[in-house]
Amino acid sequence: MVHSVDSDILSSSKKKHLNPDENWGLVEESEYFANKVKLYRQDKLNADEFRRFRLQNGAYGSRLNSEFSMIRIKVPGGDISPEQMEKIANLSETFSIGSAHVSTRQNIQLHWVQLEDVSEVVRGLAEGGLTSREACGNTIRNVMCSHFAGVCTNEPFDATMHAKAVAKFFLRNPLCQNLPRKFKFNFACCSEHGFVRIADVGLVPAIRDGIRGFRIYLGGGLGAASFIGHLLEEFTPESRLLSTSISTIRVYDRLGNRENLARNRMRYLVNELGWEKFQTLLLKERVIVEATMSIPTKNAFDRALSINTNANSLSTISNKRKLPLINSDIAQTPYSRWLNTNVIAQKQPGYYGIYITLGAGDITSNQLRVLAECVREFSLEQKARTTPQQNFFIRYIKSESIPKVFTKLSSIGLGNPGANTLVSAVGCSGTTSCNLAITNSHRLAKEIQSKFLELNFDMDPAFRTSTIKISGCPNSCGQHEVATIGFYGGASRIANSMAPIYTMLFAGSTGETGELGKTIMRVPAKRVIDVVLKIIECFKEEKDGNENLHDWIHKVTAGHGNDKIKTLDDLKKILVPITELPSFAENPDSYKDYGADSNFVAKTARGECAA
Amino acid sequence: MSDLTKTKNKNGIKYDVKLKKNTIKKENTMSPSTLNLVCNVDTLRTLIKKNKVRVVDVRKKDEYLKGHIPTAASLPLADLLSDDSPESIIKIMNNLGIADNTPVVVYDDTFGALASRVAWSFKFVGHKNVSLLEVTYSDWKNMGLEIEKKSNKFPKSSHSIDIDYSIYADAEYVENARNDKNKVIIDSRERLNFLTEHIPNSKNIPYTMIRSEDSILRNPSELKRFMENRGIDSNSEIITYCGSVGTLSGLVFFALKTAGISNVKLYPKSFKEWKSLGKPKIEFKDATYWDLSAE
Repeated sequence: MVHSVDSDILSSSKKKHLNPDENWGLVEESEYFANKVKLYRQDKLNADEFRRFRLQNGAYGSRLNSEFSMIRIKVPGGDISPEQMEKIANLSETFSIGSAHVSTRQNIQLHWVQLEDVSEVVRGLAEGGLTSREACGNTIRNVMCSHFAGVCTNEPFDATMHAKAVAKFFLRNPLCQNLPRKFKFNFACCSEHGFVRIADVGLVPAIRDGIRGFRIYLGGGLGAASFIGHLLEEFTPESRLLSTSISTIRVYDRLGNRENLARNRMRYLVNELGWEKFQTLLLKERVIVEATMSIPTKNAFDRALSINTNANSLSTISNKRKLPLINSDIAQTPYSRWLNTNVIAQKQPGYYGIYITLGAGDITSNQLRVLAECVREFSLEQKARTTPQQNFFIRYIKSESIPKVFTKLSSIGLGNPGANTLVSAVGCSGTTSCNLAITNSHRLAKEIQSKFLELNFDMDPAFRTSTIKISGCPNSCGQHEVATIGFYGGASRIANSMAPIYTMLFAGSTGETGELGKTIMRVPAKRVIDVVLKIIECFKEEKDGNENLHDWIHKVTAGHGNDKIKTLDDLKKILVPITELPSFAENPDSYKDYGADSNFVAKTARGECAA
Repeated sequence: MSDLTKTKNKNGIKYDVKLKKNTIKKENTMSPSTLNLVCNVDTLRTLIKKNKVRVVDVRKKDEYLKGHIPTAASLPLADLLSDDSPESIIKIMNNLGIADNTPVVVYDDTFGALASRVAWSFKFVGHKNVSLLEVTYSDWKNMGLEIEKKSNKFPKSSHSIDIDYSIYADAEYVENARNDKNKVIIDSRERLNFLTEHIPNSKNIPYTMIRSEDSILRNPSELKRFMENRGIDSNSEIITYCGSVGTLSGLVFFALKTAGISNVKLYPKSFKEWKSLGKPKIEFKDATYWDLSAE
């Protein structure tokens, strides 16, 4: 055989040298993981210690079956290379289920990996410059960044490099190996695009007196109890980004609740202390941090910040061209439908960003490979971004390439329209793999997407910017609280039978003025689509002129609707009959969850989101 | 093959035989060079040039006729599976002119799984010198290597029969192995099929794990490491099975052999027979994992 003994396990002929500053992986961690698994199997490491170690390294226990893991691959800033996409494709085929999954926090997850193979995945990831380290556990999770960063027409500057510098600085940093609970950063590009109010630290780029900096929001987050983040100060200059981040983590590490699992995120600390007190503590802490920060520490961060200016240098490119075809009057071909929803003009004239709409974030290995080819062939920046809507976004596409990109994507089922519309429903993994899930939110999101595409909802401008987000339990991985229409899963006894139920929320939103949705009513899983269709029917009857669904729902939620449906109560009266199920004997199927042949039972186990 | 008599041996294996071994060494133009379990492209090309190998193409007949590796004989897998009794396998080998000492290299276009099932069958009836080509026919063709279209015929041979039960398991054997700590049952199907249902106590090594980008099997050091990770040492006895006819598990059989595990058995009737016999199985119904697939 033509093999060298030390060739890597999934060696790629197209392998390139990794840029050390873009390399998040560490090959040694593979062997370390393999040894820990052996010790655990030999009863030399107790289950709790092993679990903590496993989570710190990004392996999350699979639903009701601890023999398998979900491996969460960090994608810092959401920025990923075609080589890395190919690596993930190979790893999924080899050790997982042949599909990968984009999460709402821009990670890419591989499901149902046998515990004994996790070390091999870690090795493969490291070879591709990737890591799953600290993707789970009580530490700094994937640092998110708006997928528009660098191309957004409203951004003051590209925050990608700041996101990556923060990620780089805290990865494997002793400072954050044992926090009270997980900790999340989110960088926006502008005040509109980003999830800054629902992160532990949310950052909106700003320029003041010619100096780059941020408006930093602290203590937000979604969960069983959700909070909107508070603005730390009017402006935090770039030079204080590191000290502010470290101070926040130090205060949280010192004062955060380590006893009560249900109240140990930083948002509870902020809530319990009160914002003013927390803010004062933090600003004092920052003085100490700045006075004592070593030069090597500061240099390490500054070095990380100074690299990766790729996107900035591209931003000077100018080439004025119009989109080849955006005209809603002409017959709707698959191409024009896709063009209408999935192609966005960048601030760089002549360049476009393209969404790859996935079903609840799932993509096969073969699709990933074709997408990687697309990036290589057509994207000037040679990178793709994962998005919080569980899609991919590829940028710096020249207008004349757009039809070619569509042809290539469509050839493998990646040419679906409907990105950034009601069609592109978000769904966490739910009962497909998560211990905490009560319902199959994942499948429901896919069902909604295919139903709404069939109904051509992507073509209706009134559904643009409206979102549906679904979680399989109250813990908000599907971010249901920031959706136009959100759902979270539960179980309920109806007559004498258990049924999967979703609680519906209205009028959540993201961005700097983001608000949490309001609880409306409970809807059986098999009635969710009918209820949404009814809401749409009401909207069409009631809307004012060109009003869109998102605005109408906000209006009705605020009690400012028109005559027939003025308030939520008016709407609820119309919806309630749809939520009523026939008896179990009459229609047992309506009591089952999606994807299940057997009767519904709410089964959960200990969550894996805290170590 | 009238000298075969079917009895049951102590392991309950059905194709037991009592026969006079064919000890007459036939004259053959091919001198016996011993092949590795996996044959690389250069070795095969050299052997073909020297006329010292029987190449066996296990694809469908029409594919063979469109083009095949020079000197290859056609043996569609379906022909072998239609009657895979040892007598029938010997007859097939004789028709392909395979004598006891003929080096045989088998290939397919299905990442080695079909070729493995044929190669295993040859080993089972006592052929010692059989190897899998490290690449598929498509790879061979894409490398621009020589192909031909003519249908090759060979003078009949007379292969002896010496059944190797050490590489064979039937349902009863697997059932007894289930609770034997020294025996490991390996399910070679993909992960989601395994989760859905499998033989109790079996472990999953999907066939997708054992191939590399440029070969039907990874290098032995990687395969060894995979086994070590699973706590399987080279002294374990392993039985492989898959969905229906022992192709995927045939490939895993060869993977384990190249990883240095000497005692490997194939359960060729696999999970299809196991289920039809109503044997116990483990089903995992607590998660809706099929909905994660983007297929």
